[in-house]
Amino acid sequence: MRVTHHPILPDAPEPDCTIYYNGKPLPAKNGEPVAAALLASGVRVFRETAKKHRPRGIYCGIGRCTDCVMIVDGEPNVRTCVTPARAGMRVQTQKGLGEWTDG
Amino acid sequence: MDRWMKTTQVVIVGGGPAGLCAAIEAAKAGAQAVIIDENARPGGQLFKQIHKFFGSFEHRAGVRGYAIGAELLEEAGRLGVEVILDAPVYGLFRHESGMMVSYTQGGREKAILGEKLILATGASENALAFPGGTLPGVMGAGCAQTMVNINRVLPGKKIVMVGSGNVGLIVAYQLLQAGAGVSALIEASSCIGGYGVHASKIRRSGTPILLGHTVTRAIGTSQVEAVEIARLDEDFRPLAGTERVLEADTICVAVGLSPLTELAWMAGCDFTWIPQLGGHVPIHNENMETTVSGVYAAGDITGSEEASTAMEEGRLAGIAVAESLGLAGGKTKEMKLEVWERMNALRTGPFGQRRLEAKAHLLGSARRVPQ
Repeated sequence: MRVTHHPILPDAPEPDCTIYYNGKPLPAKNGEPVAAALLASGVRVFRETAKKHRPRGIYCGIGRCTDCVMIVDGEPNVRTCVTPARAGMRVQTQKGLGEWTDG
Repeated sequence: MDRWMKTTQVVIVGGGPAGLCAAIEAAKAGAQAVIIDENARPGGQLFKQIHKFFGSFEHRAGVRGYAIGAELLEEAGRLGVEVILDAPVYGLFRHESGMMVSYTQGGREKAILGEKLILATGASENALAFPGGTLPGVMGAGCAQTMVNINRVLPGKKIVMVGSGNVGLIVAYQLLQAGAGVSALIEASSCIGGYGVHASKIRRSGTPILLGHTVTRAIGTSQVEAVEIARLDEDFRPLAGTERVLEADTICVAVGLSPLTELAWMAGCDFTWIPQLGGHVPIHNENMETTVSGVYAAGDITGSEEASTAMEEGRLAGIAVAESLGLAGGKTKEMKLEVWERMNALRTGPFGQRRLEAKAHLLGSARRVPQ
């Protein structure tokens, strides 16, 4: 859920582009972390672990823990908390160690 | 001097409060300063601090963190400090005229040679192990704070905050401000860890602060659906029969920070272990210089404290570096004394006293290292 009005901060700008999460269009703000766009649309499960297929989502938010990695534009293991969203970006849930879905 | 790589007088790793202040002081004295930061934007964690700072006028009390960040960036820019962003530093190599700092940027390997090096890498949040602790919905409190204050996205609708230090208290309050529900703030110890003024805000909001409690498990299949908590005995063991379930979709973990010391280890700095400062910290002297000549450390890397102390430590390192480069005229002694006075003033009271003693111990370690 987005916080547009805030008691301290000025109003936040509205989403201005679309990204595709497992093929489904989601609104995003150009330049915001991919993880933020996903959370704003209620997506919290970003990947599944390799051995026990357990769900993982964002944890540290600063690019250190790698719990939030997904397949972004065909490239696996992309840290979505520090990767800026761009119009038309394709984001996929990563299974295990992921795989290159492009090239 | 090698011409194949970029050279400068001072390289600062980390563009948070400590790094920015170090660069500002060095540049004020006439030094060429370059900041390298792995993030897309400088300012470290200052821009998510939307609360007013403490201390006195000199400590920028009453000013919100992001405003301080904006001022520092403006000043650094005016003084000609270069800021290299999106650039993780991965290697430090001793060079005859300083330290070579290797980093990547845009998929390319780059290096810069600094006559002096200041490490201002900050700290990262500690994790807490409990069943269900890896479920989506469990996250660092700092992560939640970034989401809500920078990205303006709520990390969840109903939050349980674990830890009542200043981070736990402030982030819980900021989540409430942004419209999230906070079921409770729980704390293992028998007393609140952070400042009374922050705790009072939580209490006034009607949010319970449960002392002597911990998380025993996160409940949920694909994400957090509820949290089980329990009362702790005197030895911090959960008391059987006291478990209860709180409504929550998010568990924020605010159980302290650990200094980000990798580069100081790599540089060959001697370390000491000081639990009150977050664990292993590089030994440094009154000039913030580590046991490796020409390598300085400032801010949370030398023990996790607050942005205000990080800024003062950064200033100290910047002044000392300028002095060692033969800049800043003959005034550095007075300048450093002034910073020390301000810093000691920040390390007072029941919370500051502990940090003051820990820091005194750290400086004592520096004196015991054979030169």
